[in-house]
Amino acid sequence: MTDQDKKSLLLKVRDLHIEGYSDEKWVEIVHGVDLTLHRGEVMGLIGESGAGKSTIGLAAMGFTRDGCRISKGSVEFDGMELTTTPETDLRALRGARIAYVAQSAAASFNPAHKLIDQHTEAPVQYRIKKRLESQEDAMELYARLRLPNPKEIGFRYPHQVSGGQLQRAMTAMAMACRPDLIIFDEPTTALDVTTQIEVLAAIRDIVDQFDTAAIYITHDLAVVAQMADVIKVLLRGDEVEEADTKTMLDSPKEDYTKTLWAVRSFKREQKMRPTGNAVPVVSVDNIDAAYGPTKVLEDVSFDIYAGMTVAVVGESGSGKSTTARCITGLLPPTKGKILFNGEELPNDYRNRTKDQLRQAQMIYQMADTALNPKVQISEIIGRPAQFYGGLKHTALKNRVDELLDLIELEPSQYYNRYPPELSGGQKQRIGIARSLAAEPTFIICDEVTSALDQLVAEGILRLLDNLQRELNLAYMFITHDLATVRSIADEVVVMKEGKVVEQGPKKEMFTPPHHPYTDLLLSSVPEMDPDWLTTVLEERGVDNIGEAAQT
Amino acid sequence: MNYFVIGYYALLILGSCLAAYFQKRQAFLLLFSLTLASFIMGIVGGEPALWAVTVGAGLLALAGGVAYAFREFLVILLPTESAKAMRTAPLTAGFGLFVIFTYAVAGIFAPIIAPFGEAEIIASSFAPADEVMLLGADQLGRDMFSRIVYGARNTVGLALMATILAFLMGAIAGLLAATKGGKFDQFMGRLADVIMSIPSLIFALLLLSIFGTNIAIIVIIIALIYAPRVFRLARAVAGNVVVMDYIEAARLRGEGMWYLIRKEILPNSTAPLVAEFGLEFCFVFLLVAGLSFLGLGIQPPTADWGSMVRENATLISFGDITPLIPAGAIALLTVAVNFVVDWMLHRSSGLKE
Repeated sequence: MTDQDKKSLLLKVRDLHIEGYSDEKWVEIVHGVDLTLHRGEVMGLIGESGAGKSTIGLAAMGFTRDGCRISKGSVEFDGMELTTTPETDLRALRGARIAYVAQSAAASFNPAHKLIDQHTEAPVQYRIKKRLESQEDAMELYARLRLPNPKEIGFRYPHQVSGGQLQRAMTAMAMACRPDLIIFDEPTTALDVTTQIEVLAAIRDIVDQFDTAAIYITHDLAVVAQMADVIKVLLRGDEVEEADTKTMLDSPKEDYTKTLWAVRSFKREQKMRPTGNAVPVVSVDNIDAAYGPTKVLEDVSFDIYAGMTVAVVGESGSGKSTTARCITGLLPPTKGKILFNGEELPNDYRNRTKDQLRQAQMIYQMADTALNPKVQISEIIGRPAQFYGGLKHTALKNRVDELLDLIELEPSQYYNRYPPELSGGQKQRIGIARSLAAEPTFIICDEVTSALDQLVAEGILRLLDNLQRELNLAYMFITHDLATVRSIADEVVVMKEGKVVEQGPKKEMFTPPHHPYTDLLLSSVPEMDPDWLTTVLEERGVDNIGEAAQT
Repeated sequence: MNYFVIGYYALLILGSCLAAYFQKRQAFLLLFSLTLASFIMGIVGGEPALWAVTVGAGLLALAGGVAYAFREFLVILLPTESAKAMRTAPLTAGFGLFVIFTYAVAGIFAPIIAPFGEAEIIASSFAPADEVMLLGADQLGRDMFSRIVYGARNTVGLALMATILAFLMGAIAGLLAATKGGKFDQFMGRLADVIMSIPSLIFALLLLSIFGTNIAIIVIIIALIYAPRVFRLARAVAGNVVVMDYIEAARLRGEGMWYLIRKEILPNSTAPLVAEFGLEFCFVFLLVAGLSFLGLGIQPPTADWGSMVRENATLISFGDITPLIPAGAIALLTVAVNFVVDWMLHRSSGLKE
């Protein structure tokens, strides 16, 4: 190591072990991770959930969550050993020299204070700047982060700005004291692709401009490829490998890294609509819907044929889920009708017959809230079979076993367990089994993979695809992730602000010319190429990405 | 200066030194501040004050020891699941459980434990305590100890019945209101508001003077007065559960109201409801005692703590503590139940898996 390197060394973590307290004993969750970060360097930490990314990120501030402790190793920040520093000194460090940007800005801002008041809190507290100076600085930072109306936006409350803007305001807040190190903990995971790109560009610029070092935590490889100089891959609290971004993307060494890279490879041949006089399983016919006086859907229509997958894409708030609620009858449409195998369905689910209810099932985004935590797996899956099919005792048990086999879970192991004992992917599989138990012909999948890690999500997609082939199911696949669409869809419906912007077979949709909005969506999906963000920004012109999302 | 005083200070100072040496910050602060306070107390109050401190500390230690032992006892006896919860329970909860256990034993086995019947006159009025009558006699010459033991059965039993009834009514109405929503919810909500807007003791007195003071009527009236509180809690808790996706899934399956409540909502709302049960029990218990004190509750000659306080109240002017014994029994149970409820509330709110 040369002198130059030593001088710029900012954070040195050696042999870090972190333990968490569960079931009345300390369990090690991070097993000896080393990390070296120089000034102005951005390190990407990636891994599945439970890999210890966030825990390591927080440990870099000398902080551990409640019920966790650093059991061994050292964290040296700019020559200061954080594991032995008293809490008061650590507190002086945080916010001033190390800042943290959380995943959900909406949950991290105090809704009772204006943005700028929260922004100026740290600099004023640490006597780095006077309040007015700090406010001016905030406005400048807002301008640099390309927030609209930088002079005025700070005087709004958190609920008055959009999610992407809030995330940028939070980044600005982290910059308020010009820290040496910022820890970004999945800052764009909760955002739409079109918003994500703005936030990514803003974060990258500001980190460049102030030569701040950063740790960027994410599970999305394509995102980390844009942001980081160095990537470190973690698996269950262990380091798998570390290399600079280019090397890592081009020639990963370890098998695990290779599987991560290969995740987006799943693709399936596009099926064509049945020819002749085939009747669509579900046909949405010019429906309008409203929540009270607010109109949320306008003239939406599309058809879904048996054995086909129709992906409905769009940003949040574009009416995708509302359409699903109309089809299921939870939100009766104000105009238009829903046809099922050519027959009109009653608008309200309460007026539908048991058989009509059985035919259309739903799989939810959050498997946590979709499964009753106090009911055994056997009953969760068995209930629809019992309810619709009237199965009892052994017949019921056989059916549940069969369904568990179908979703590739070992029946004897899962039969008597409760949902909280399962992992996210397993829960989602149980959700699928529950919908299959009703023997439906049509399933609505509402963002089923977006809460899952990529490897797990891939497994779910393959499972859904297999099931479709075996049982000739029709899927309505709601998602905002175009990579998923690419892999599983046959037809695509693009929605925006409650209207269908464009629809057609997948191949057509992914080849130009597109509707400008489809184009925007498509080009906003991060790619594995580290220069992707730069290229896209150049194409769009840096200053109008914000507006591009509006038009 | 006698040996007691010397020993007292020596022990305290030795204790604080040990605590300081082993870096037990809190223990040191406690012991040493006690030492300093004892200097002043010793000068002002003399030796008796120091004795009082010693006895107080001894009692506290005894209660702590009992609580600890009882908790360990339960940990060994209970199945693994509940034993795990028990092991992390604070000492106060152990103490509360012990007291509740004692009261339950006293109530259930009252005829075996009590040396005399509850209405049996065995001595002259206000006879002092002796070997036969552990706590003396009351205003009619009945054994105070036996009446306290029977009181556990009558007062606590009545309060328990009233609370259970209030819970059944309130919880069912609350769950239904949350599931059904709309007009039914509005109607039940306003009805609850009306009942809650009348002060409970006055409302109870009013109803009892209209309908008479038969045990069944007391139970029903108290249950009616307390049901709205349970209703509000049950509705709020169920309201959080009803919006979950699994409820939506069950509704879309076409499940009936009763299935929804029984299988989907109730299992997810039990924890706060059970905690509320303990809390309500305290209020009901105090109301029952209060009603008896005012003469509208359980009627003589049935032993009841509330009326026992009133009947022996005259003795307080002579410096006798007899009327405070049933009052103390009421206070102890209320405190004990609250300890347990605190622990359960903490568990149901914070420490969910």
